[in-house]
Amino acid sequence: MAALSDHLLVLAILAYALAMLTYAAEYAFSNRGMVARVAVRERPRELVAAGAPVGTGGPLDEPGPVDLAKRPAPAGPAADPRVATWAGRAATALTLLGWLAQLGCLMARGFAAHRVPWGNMYEFVLAVTLVGATAWLVLLIRRPSIRPLGLFVALALVILLGIDGVKLYTPVAPLVPALNSYWLKIHVTAAVTASGILMVGFVAAALTLVRTGYEAGKTRFPYSLGARLPAADGLERLAFRLHAFAFPIWTFAIICGAIWAEAAWGRYWGWDPKETWAFVAWVIYAGYLHARATPSVKRTIATWIAVIGWGAMMINLFVVNLVVSGLHSYAGVG
Amino acid sequence: MAALDELTTKAPAGPPPRRRLGPGRALVGAGRRMWRWLTSMRTALILLFLLALAAIPGSLLPQRNLNIDKVNQYLRQHPTLGPVLDHLWAYNVFSSPWFSAIYLLLFISLVGCVIPRLRAHIGAVMRVPPDAPSRLERLPAHAEGLDLPGDPATVAGRLSDLLRGRRFRVEVREQADGGRTVSAEKGHLKETGNILFHFSLLAILIAVALGSWYGYHADRLVVQGSDQGFCNTLQQYDQYGLGARVSPGSLEPFCLDLTSFEARYLANGEPSVYKAFVDYTIGDGPAKSTVIRVNHPLRLSHARIYLLGTGYAPVVKYTDRYGHSQTEVAPFLSTDAMQTSSGVIEFPDANVDPAKGVDPNDKRQVAFSGIFLPTVPSDPSVGHSAFPAERNPALMLTMYQGDLGLDAGIPTSVYSLDQHQIDTGRLKKVGDPIQLKPGQAKTLQDGTKIQFLGTRPWAAMQVRYDPGETLVLIGAVCLLVGLIVMLLGRRLRVWFRVPPQGPVTAGALARSVYPGFLTEFESIVEEARAGQSRPTPRGTQ
Repeated sequence: MAALSDHLLVLAILAYALAMLTYAAEYAFSNRGMVARVAVRERPRELVAAGAPVGTGGPLDEPGPVDLAKRPAPAGPAADPRVATWAGRAATALTLLGWLAQLGCLMARGFAAHRVPWGNMYEFVLAVTLVGATAWLVLLIRRPSIRPLGLFVALALVILLGIDGVKLYTPVAPLVPALNSYWLKIHVTAAVTASGILMVGFVAAALTLVRTGYEAGKTRFPYSLGARLPAADGLERLAFRLHAFAFPIWTFAIICGAIWAEAAWGRYWGWDPKETWAFVAWVIYAGYLHARATPSVKRTIATWIAVIGWGAMMINLFVVNLVVSGLHSYAGVG
Repeated sequence: MAALDELTTKAPAGPPPRRRLGPGRALVGAGRRMWRWLTSMRTALILLFLLALAAIPGSLLPQRNLNIDKVNQYLRQHPTLGPVLDHLWAYNVFSSPWFSAIYLLLFISLVGCVIPRLRAHIGAVMRVPPDAPSRLERLPAHAEGLDLPGDPATVAGRLSDLLRGRRFRVEVREQADGGRTVSAEKGHLKETGNILFHFSLLAILIAVALGSWYGYHADRLVVQGSDQGFCNTLQQYDQYGLGARVSPGSLEPFCLDLTSFEARYLANGEPSVYKAFVDYTIGDGPAKSTVIRVNHPLRLSHARIYLLGTGYAPVVKYTDRYGHSQTEVAPFLSTDAMQTSSGVIEFPDANVDPAKGVDPNDKRQVAFSGIFLPTVPSDPSVGHSAFPAERNPALMLTMYQGDLGLDAGIPTSVYSLDQHQIDTGRLKKVGDPIQLKPGQAKTLQDGTKIQFLGTRPWAAMQVRYDPGETLVLIGAVCLLVGLIVMLLGRRLRVWFRVPPQGPVTAGALARSVYPGFLTEFESIVEEARAGQSRPTPRGTQ
């Protein structure tokens, strides 16, 4: 079972990497028409008797016709809509394949260890990326028009899973007694779920900044990527919804952690490095939600806060586990 | 405000008061500006960020409340930077004045923001939904030409039933021209959640403060055996921390002893089961038995007892030159994951001549500095235990004789010898180290005898009490509920204008544009149409 799990990890990484390439192909060969067609197909149903102005209603991620009109013609390789269509389908299929392989990898790991498969850092990253991939597929099914984001989601998955497989790999082992509690299932599952969704939220937030820069006329490297992204407005709302969805789950994870800490260590909060960084990330995300709800704060600034929040999450995962020692250090590489 | 107005109107009455009022007014004005600045969202955001930033050094630098040894080590390694950081409370970040200042300012800002909001919200909940704006077609969602049969009052009544069925608060108003307007509003829960969230934060802060004032914690190493138990009094603890408002006499009166300890390990030496079997009594109550495990503390009404760790306490019998024998149980501290343990066994009353008594100038007290290996490795020169359980135990002892330095009144460690006494030659090493198996006895160089009787397990226990805990938990649950309600809630207002004659118009306004806003409005309009046209068969339309 353990060997099967390892093989499936390789398959998952390969599938995601290929998905990334095909997403890139779609990205490169698509033209405005393609995106526009998707946008038109996805336009909000309008009231029979209503003349709702565009931009005030409708599904959030829609690049409205107004935005399309403003969009400059994309630079880059010659557009070939047929290649783009096929590449897009292949990319979705490959993402799905990677997801299935990853699901199998995690399940095999759980069967091999006879416990929930998120008992150490390797398994934690595996589970977080699985949740991220799941969130991405759900979004993709509900709103096909966000497919251009797939390139960057797949990139994030490949990077995290690559680091996980190469640097953090840990053989299957039972839990240390301190972790042997049903709170492991509750606390870590919540943390994994929140982190996975926040990962996709981060991709959306980062691309919002890219697209905003592009729409403002910037043409240097990161902004040039914005040419084929959906309109910044819709991206920004998508990022907000993902964060607003994940934030209560993250809060729940911290509360469960505190309840568990009370039972295991005798105090619900002790400023252990992991706790401190969970708090830092929570405060930053709370700041993001506040900033976004405040009209006087620019949306770009709010989005930057969300990006910084993911930075704190990453520090909490990598720096705290691998560099700083604390009570959570059993979560490190075994 | 009223006071300020009064001052300004009074000012022209007499010429001199202007001067006197100047500073006061300036002060009030400055205070007002300060308050406005503090309670603004921008400031709250900045403070939130400062709080996040301020917490970071606490995770990167060693902290006194977590590990004092690491702080001391850091201070030794950084002789110049270390003390500077110490002056900046860098090793007590979370109780430092600057960290406290940030969160106190943040909470003041929170209070200043939330209380007016609560007042406004109560007002909004009490108020009836406002009348329809004059031009519904200017609203973000609107529908015109709804052909609803019936006189205005009946139509308005049906619309209002429909909206009530959808959990709207509805108000029907008669207009001057005989028409009706139907105003409906829902989503006050969103703001309720918002306010609940912020008040929960305040409750948590208060509960944390309560816990730190009225709570305490204390550590005790308990060796197995009814002769080695302890009671919940400060004298019996190895170390403790009392809250500012806790008096030593008010601790819950319990006594506890360790009857046995069970430890199981995996093949690689990692522990898999720790179980401490204990007997305890509360006050004059009957003795009870229970098991304390990791993750499963013993919960008394005003104290909880946690199992933190375990180790071995060698039991050694020493017979001195006068034939007087004593038995000591000395807990050894483990130095690695395989329970290689070190400690000292002291016999301060050894070698006292029964005829002469203690001679303060020629003490012949005896102590052994020892290392205990629960499993001696196959290569004995390694010096570390090969497994944490007692598979092949051995005790290595080095004898010291002289003045142990216990009478100086300075607290010394019970796990190591007083290095000062050794350096000054008052305590001398005697002979070569000896190795003993359990039950084995050896005669030492000076003719005295030592016997290793075996070991007893010990358990490191922590006693804790935090009266704020329940409130923190309640606060946290309310916070989460408030957060979810706040994020899910949708504030929506819908109006119908029913003129005396002609088609009905409708419009809707959302506080924040959310997905499904149009869909929801659309379905209300559809339902209004369908509901109103029920008498006429569908096919004819």
